[in-house]
Amino acid sequence: MNEFLQQLLNGLSLGAIYALIALGYTMVYGVLRFINFAHADVFMVGSFIGYYAGRLVPEGTLWGGLAVLCIAMIGCALLGMLIERLAYRPLRNAPTLNVLITAIGVSLLLEYTGQVFFGAAPRTFPAIFPMQTFTVGGLILSTNQIFVIVVSALLVVALQFIVHRTKIGTAMRAVSLNPKAAALMGVNNNVVISFTFGLGSALAGAGGILYALNYPSIDPLMGVMPGLKAFTAAILGGIGNIPGAALGGLLLGTVETFVAGSEWSTYKDAIAFTILIIILLFRPAGLLGRLTTEKV
Amino acid sequence: MASPTTPKRNVIPRPHLSLVAALILAFVFSSLSGTIDPYFLDVLTSAGIAVILAISLNLVMGFAGQFSLGHAGFMSVGAYLSAGISIYLGPHILASGSSAFVQGAFFFGALVLGGLAAAFAGLLVGVPSLRLKGDYLALVTLGFGEIIRVIFQNLEPLGGALGLNGIPPYTTIFWVIAWAAITIFVIHCLIHSTYGRGFLATHDDEIAAEAIGLNTTRYKITAFVIGAFFAGIAGGLYGHFKLTIMPTGFDFTKSIEIVVMVILGGMGNTVGVILAAILLTILPEVLRPIAEYRMVIYSFLLIVLMISRPQGLFNFSFSRLLKPRRSQN
Amino acid sequence: MIAILGLAACSKPQAEGIQIGEIASLTGKEAAFGQASHKGTLLAIEELNAAGGVLGQQLYLTTEDNQSKAGESATAARKLISRTKVVALLGEVASSRSLEMAPVAQAAKIPMISPSSTNPSVTETGDYIFRVCFIDPFQGTVMAKFAKDTLKAKKVAVLSSVSSAYSVGLAKYFKETYLADGGVIPVEQKYAEGDKDFKAQLTAIKAANVDAIFVPGYYTEAALICKQARELGITVPLLGGDGWEAPQLIEIGGTAVEGSFYSTHYSPENKTPAVEEFVKKFQARWDGQIPDAMAALGYDSALVLADAIKRAGSTEGSKIRDALAATDAFVGVTGRTQIDAGRNAAKSAVIITVENGQFKFVGEVSP
Repeated sequence: MNEFLQQLLNGLSLGAIYALIALGYTMVYGVLRFINFAHADVFMVGSFIGYYAGRLVPEGTLWGGLAVLCIAMIGCALLGMLIERLAYRPLRNAPTLNVLITAIGVSLLLEYTGQVFFGAAPRTFPAIFPMQTFTVGGLILSTNQIFVIVVSALLVVALQFIVHRTKIGTAMRAVSLNPKAAALMGVNNNVVISFTFGLGSALAGAGGILYALNYPSIDPLMGVMPGLKAFTAAILGGIGNIPGAALGGLLLGTVETFVAGSEWSTYKDAIAFTILIIILLFRPAGLLGRLTTEKV
Repeated sequence: MASPTTPKRNVIPRPHLSLVAALILAFVFSSLSGTIDPYFLDVLTSAGIAVILAISLNLVMGFAGQFSLGHAGFMSVGAYLSAGISIYLGPHILASGSSAFVQGAFFFGALVLGGLAAAFAGLLVGVPSLRLKGDYLALVTLGFGEIIRVIFQNLEPLGGALGLNGIPPYTTIFWVIAWAAITIFVIHCLIHSTYGRGFLATHDDEIAAEAIGLNTTRYKITAFVIGAFFAGIAGGLYGHFKLTIMPTGFDFTKSIEIVVMVILGGMGNTVGVILAAILLTILPEVLRPIAEYRMVIYSFLLIVLMISRPQGLFNFSFSRLLKPRRSQN
Repeated sequence: MIAILGLAACSKPQAEGIQIGEIASLTGKEAAFGQASHKGTLLAIEELNAAGGVLGQQLYLTTEDNQSKAGESATAARKLISRTKVVALLGEVASSRSLEMAPVAQAAKIPMISPSSTNPSVTETGDYIFRVCFIDPFQGTVMAKFAKDTLKAKKVAVLSSVSSAYSVGLAKYFKETYLADGGVIPVEQKYAEGDKDFKAQLTAIKAANVDAIFVPGYYTEAALICKQARELGITVPLLGGDGWEAPQLIEIGGTAVEGSFYSTHYSPENKTPAVEEFVKKFQARWDGQIPDAMAALGYDSALVLADAIKRAGSTEGSKIRDALAATDAFVGVTGRTQIDAGRNAAKSAVIITVENGQFKFVGEVSP
């Protein structure tokens, strides 16, 4: 039973990170109807920003860690908005295929430029938050794991607040339902889309820091696998649906952890993809999503 | 405004003659192979394999309009099966000192079996992907590609994660050029046949095609299956060329490399895709001194291309070069 | 068209002297190994040249980087053989990449010496493939006996990587010896290279209450595994092989690596005159860096090759091959190298631990 609970905890903390990245995917898809392949690499950049920022603050202090988190989130938000402006906006009216390929191009560009600048060898992420482990019952909890779960939950709540209670959030929802009508209503689509990208990228940046906290070895290609899995999580929960992305992330993280702890551990990567395929075949709307019909 | 991805109806002049000419060229090359610098020959072989891969993906993406990011998975099925046949069945069927003809026939058989296995995998991927479009299709094909990789990583008899070693070196420049010619010929004739118009219709507007009675389902599956078959052939050739194959060599990155070739050449543009495949094989070798920057340049090129010239680098009307004709658009 | 012409015209002018090729992972995931090995090799070449070269000619080393990636080593080998016309190949450090380039070298009848690949199948590829280090059947035995006899561990868990020939092989040989000695392995877990999260596997291992955990992988994952093991409250020692040997082990693993042990080929603390001299020369050449096992083996592999060329009296492939096979009394910084019938070297292993942020020599085990 102990082992089960411990694995559950491991799974939730991994799932929380997937959830954070999935949120970015789901928001961009909701507003622009395309998969931002480069999102996972913004996540990676977040970790590297944290790596360099972490040198500027004293190690192991709470305020230092929070400062690094904020710097990374802001940095990633700016990067996301820049990418949108330079690479996606010119293709706003192009076929989806072209934008998709451009997104892949941006993703590869970030990864390989990262390799040129940072080198492909993994680096050690500094311990920016005070780390302690303590035992509860038979379970071992580390403050990093708890931190991940708490911060992710807070960010999801904050996101829900922004989307449902603020003006810009309403604008986001309007654009995702019908961009032309929203424009007619006076919404500046460009601003809303930039904001969406910025917000999603900030979450990816936060995800990058939290991931690096728990797995302190970072390298320019670190975003590929988590990105694919987070995307699966977003689809699992229903793409375009924010609580769905969070739920999907937690579920996927937990399932993957249990598989990794069993004797089928070498198949764990395939699990994410198998789930993806099954969902897309049998319930493409995901767990919490709604199916939209294609109008001719 | 025409969609940038409308395939130009490039017609290779007199396809049957071209095929024969290509086969003669293959013979010529193979007899001269002793005198050509082996490194150069290597690059040429790699280029030929890349051409087969790119043309097969062109059928799926360019002509049938199905965005496939798992093509390397089909390649790996062909590679592993044909290599497995060569290693396990080879010693039984080929007595030592068999004539070159027997060995050649055996290799041909192994390749075809590999291709058929890949085609079967293409069927398995094609059927579920029917209902999906665009991004979702891309993800599912990517997912299948990764699942295939994980399966091979866990298959001990085929080397598992360590890869399969000791594959006999059957691939020669003759085989590569011959198969490239066959691939181009088959797919080209397929597209330009009456049946083949269905692919283009499916691509251009699926709902309209369904409305006029075309079985778009069948076309899509056919595209996947044939594309996968040739990818499997390319995989078999690759395996018997590199002599060692590993599951990680057929991952998402490899699929993307093939996609870049098709995009660069212009989706649906046969000649363009051939040129792009050759260019993208030679370029890494020429750029070996700055290998680090190679992928940076690739990805940058991809973005710029998509924004400024989405129809590809080599999309020009081939027939225009031969005789003045009004280009169809 | 221009590219094709450029490529064809791109043949290097035939330099005088003896061309030697080296393939290493200078960048990428296992850059630490490639860099160390390269520095050792280069130092040896420079020394040989300063002393007048071999057979009166200078040695020219051409190094190709395979970026720690699969599939690159074979192409690099082909290029070195046909373009640069090397007489021998040095490389690779990692067994999987050695396995890639070995068939190419064998087919071209160019002798190849791997400085530190320990998986037995490398030299089984053909009679032109050699190595100057011990092989995993021996290394696995060393750690198995250490676990059983020195640490008195009755139950050991094994956590190995499925994606490297090295890890799979070493795990297998460890198990064979340990089980034969009466040890018990209650749980075995696997991971893949590039994985960052091992908590699931470690939680399963913790539940089995073992006395030690054997992790025959490379340093990038090993460091994370140590860290996460400690975070989960696992206090027993972790054991490893020569794949752990890199400064990054302590950098990434921090205090979690203390009290763990691994086997490797040599220790810079070894008090023999050859080692002390080598350490001094290496530090002088490479900014005070202390040479690790990979550097030492890179150094020895170049010297063994030079010695063989001298004894062969020619740079012809088959003659170098015969001379290599007859290597008997060569003494290098990693001990006496004697090439046996399997083209492997029977060398002793040393056991290293980490104390106070430093690597520390624990003991030596002879074959």
